[in-house]
Amino acid sequence: MQTLIALFKTSGVFYLTPGMLIMWVIALVLIYLAIAKDYEPLLLLPIGFGILLVNLPLTGLMTPGEGLIWRFYHYGIQWEVIPPLIFLGLGALTDFGPLLANPRLIFLGAGAQGGVYLTFFVAYAMGFDLKEAATIGIIGGADGPTTIFLATKLAPHMLGSCAVAAYSYMALVPIIQPPIMKLLTTRSERVIHMQKGRKVKPLEKIVFPIIGAIVIILLVPASAPLVAMFMLGNLFREAKVVERLTHASQNELLNIITIFLGLPVGATMNAESFLQPKVIFVFFLGLLAFMFSTATGILLAKLMNLFSRNKINPLLGAAGVSAVPMAARVVHKVAAEADKKNYLLMYAMGPNVAGVIGTAVAAGIFLTLLG
Amino acid sequence: MAEEILAPLAGKVVSVNIAVGDAVEEDDEALVIEAMKMETPIYIPCNGTVKEVRVKQGAEVEEDDVLAVIE
Repeated sequence: MQTLIALFKTSGVFYLTPGMLIMWVIALVLIYLAIAKDYEPLLLLPIGFGILLVNLPLTGLMTPGEGLIWRFYHYGIQWEVIPPLIFLGLGALTDFGPLLANPRLIFLGAGAQGGVYLTFFVAYAMGFDLKEAATIGIIGGADGPTTIFLATKLAPHMLGSCAVAAYSYMALVPIIQPPIMKLLTTRSERVIHMQKGRKVKPLEKIVFPIIGAIVIILLVPASAPLVAMFMLGNLFREAKVVERLTHASQNELLNIITIFLGLPVGATMNAESFLQPKVIFVFFLGLLAFMFSTATGILLAKLMNLFSRNKINPLLGAAGVSAVPMAARVVHKVAAEADKKNYLLMYAMGPNVAGVIGTAVAAGIFLTLLG
Repeated sequence: MAEEILAPLAGKVVSVNIAVGDAVEEDDEALVIEAMKMETPIYIPCNGTVKEVRVKQGAEVEEDDVLAVIE
């Protein structure tokens, strides 16, 4: 009997704080959104569960040097291993054909990064320091691994909130983007049909990741961990002679690594660090970042149209926000509302995948200047 | 005057709503292709009669494949 009482006294129940209970609610909301609403479940489900676990007292799960989840965090995320490996998988999944068929759309992938920089300045003006502002800004790139990669290097205390903001808004792209897309374009712009792109030879798709890696890494060496892995994965895919490696990168590796990405990221969100006024601003600015990026992508397309006879449908600018392929789908849908025979999906994939590289480059630039 | 319905994107044919001999009008839904986990309806380009249907449900198509011919 004494033993039972002693055992009961060691339970975490007595150490619960109101903050922890609030975090439980947040965790359960994320898990609900993941399961019931299919909001980025691959990340939000483990993140949600990680938040729950770290807000249970006395587990030691995140104790530096000893905790189970701390080890995932330390060796996977702090050592910057997992985000680049995710990029290996993403590169293996990405088809640059649509971009190579319409090369000028690469500028839209760059243009949509405008929101990243705009948000950086707004965040800085609002009182965040430079490194925090950069991490918040990169949310606008709509890229989870890049956000996690940059946050880990520049502002680890904001890793959890920035990651949750990034993935939540990615899931909300179909709600966030259309109003801005309609606001910034006229109906006659939205019904622009794209002309057939150029034919892409298989050799081009092999050369692209090699040249891309060389050029980008020479220009922005700090982006190498992400860009190198992305291009390698893409080269695996296009070479067509390493199907086992490609398949593993796209499937087993990506799936396993995703498990070890979400859980520790959620586990950084303990009550003390997350329940701060700053965090509300992170979510507000993250939303702003997505909105700005959508806008700058569209505006760049309109600018390009001033200088070319072969007009670009400006909606494609919104696909530069690299939530792949969600933003491309949204562009297709909004265009189809104006003209149902306008099939923009494959054109939209061009800026969509270019945006992934654009965001990684932006992260590299921030790291170079602020790291 | 025969007009081909070309696939505007690569994907999988999810449903075919026309059959040879059908009288069709412009903007009718001819078939649905699934790509990027999204279903894209493909529409008839002109009034006429369906002369050929070259794909069936489940077929994988590439961009510019001829899906059907309308006369």
